[in-house]
Order: sequence, then C-alpha cells, then structure tokens
Amino acid sequence: MHSFGYRANAVVTFAVTILAVTCAMVSLSDNFNSPSPTADVKVLNINWFQKQPNGNDEVSLTLNISADLSSLFTWNTKQVFVFVAAEYETPQNALNQFTSVTACSFVFVAQVSLWDGIIQSKEHAKFWIHTTNKYRFTDQARDGPFPLYLYDTSLLMYITITSSSIFLLVLAIGNNLRGKDYNMTLHWHIMPKTGKMFADKIVMTGYYLPQDYK
Amino acid sequence: MMDWQGQKRAETLMQILLVVFAVAALGIGYTLASFQTMMLIYAGGVVLTALITVPNWPFFNRHHLKWLDPSEAEKHPKPQVNVPTTTKKKSSKNKQ
Repeated sequence: MHSFGYRANAVVTFAVTILAVTCAMVSLSDNFNSPSPTADVKVLNINWFQKQPNGNDEVSLTLNISADLSSLFTWNTKQVFVFVAAEYETPQNALNQFTSVTACSFVFVAQVSLWDGIIQSKEHAKFWIHTTNKYRFTDQARDGPFPLYLYDTSLLMYITITSSSIFLLVLAIGNNLRGKDYNMTLHWHIMPKTGKMFADKIVMTGYYLPQDYK
Repeated sequence: MMDWQGQKRAETLMQILLVVFAVAALGIGYTLASFQTMMLIYAGGVVLTALITVPNWPFFNRHHLKWLDPSEAEKHPKPQVNVPTTTKKKSSKNKQ
C-alpha cells in the first residue's frame, strides 16, 4: 500500500532522522570556535579573619570579579554557568567527600566555590561584579558528625542556596588557614542548545591569607 | 493510489527535498549564527515536503497501468501448466 498515511509517516520519520543528523553537525560546529576568555579576580579586602569560639577559622572576603566570556558564545550556546572557586592544598581528611577534590600525592586540592552565576546571552558575558562580605569562608567542621581525629585538619563545605540562580558554598577550613596560599579559579560550563557540553577554567595564582587573625 | 513510477518519484523526491532543506538550513543558520533561523527553515522545509509528496497529486499519476481488456484476456486464456504433474504429486503423496 502506498497510501496517504504511509507517505506522511515516511516524511515524518525521515525528517526526524535528518534533524538528528543536523543537530550532530551543529554540535560539531562548536569545535570551530576557539574562545579567548579573560578573567580577573581581585581580593579587595579581608573583612575579617578569625577563630570562632568553636575553634574554626572564618574568613570574609570582598571580591571584585571581572571577566569577558563573550567569546565562549556560539550560535549553539544556550547559557554559560560560571563560578569562582578558591583552590588550595589541604592535608587529607575524610571530609573531602563533601567537596570537589582531586588527589594530589599526600595532600588534596580542595575547591571551594565563592560565587557563581548564569550568563544567558553574549551581551551579558562581559561582566564586572563586586561581591560583599556575605561571601565568606566559615569552618563548621566541629559541628559536623565527624570523628575526633579529623578535627585538627578538618575541612567542610556545605551549600547554602540563597536564590534560584546564585548560591554560595560556605567553606570550613579548620585551623590551618593562616598564611595559606591559594588559587582563584574561574570555571565555566557551556550549555549548548544541542550536543556536547564544554567546560574549562582560568587559574589565577598568588593569593595569600594573612598570618594573623584580623 | 499512485502508479508505480509515481510512488518511486514521491519517495526519492521526499528524501532529496528533506536533505536539501537540512543542508540549506544548516548553512544559513551557521552563517547567520542563528539556531532559531535554522530550525524555522528546516520546519518550513518539512511542511513543504509533506505538501508536495504526501497528497496524491496528478503529477504522480502519469504512468497508468495498462490493463488488458477483458475480451482480450478471454481470447488468450491463462495456460494451464503442469496439471498432470500436480496430480502425480498428489497421487504420490497419497501413496506415501
């Protein structure tokens, strides 16, 4: 039978197949884009740096984040998720299961998100943000249900959702934050309209926490 | 129902049209850097292809099957082949 319904079905089936191939080609076309993003994170001020009554270090920073991520946008970009993380080495401990941590010989590199955002369009991809001291580092390790032997080098991070699009990670670093050097890293994840997702980062080095509480 | 050539023509026409529209949509979308434009062109192409190849247009019915006239058929009766062999087979089957 070569009826109306048969031909309609054939058109729809073949059209959807071609659509899938087209989407794959669109995703492949993303590889022709060679982005050159720039980023700069300045620690304008350490608002406070103190030992809490429970013995944990707490840091509050004022940050100035400027970045130009417009070259990340292609015709297949839906949005870009971007976050700034402080990364530093810390002695191994069991609390790493709560963080995004990569093994590094006998120490771990802890990654702590300080700020994040979602960029919806190329026009908003060049931005400048001055964060207030609500973005701070707090050590809450001693509040957690963790074994005693972890307490001296403990590190804990937990997520506080403050709004639909922006959330903070509050960091717990134990007592070993003084004089710590760390990297500021701008991470981004490009969410495409169709196809493969890309992720990359810019690492900025040379950040130090003071030797003394403040 | 379409004639045989019409069916073949509709099938190939449908495939060619869809591929051409997809390539055109991809090219135009990429040059204009607009995903939406690509999708609109392709959607339009699919609708157009459906309109061209789905209904039974006269275009697809230019090669009518030429059936023999019944009187002509009666003059040349279907040859009754292998009638004896079939009976033989049947008989042999019966024997077995």
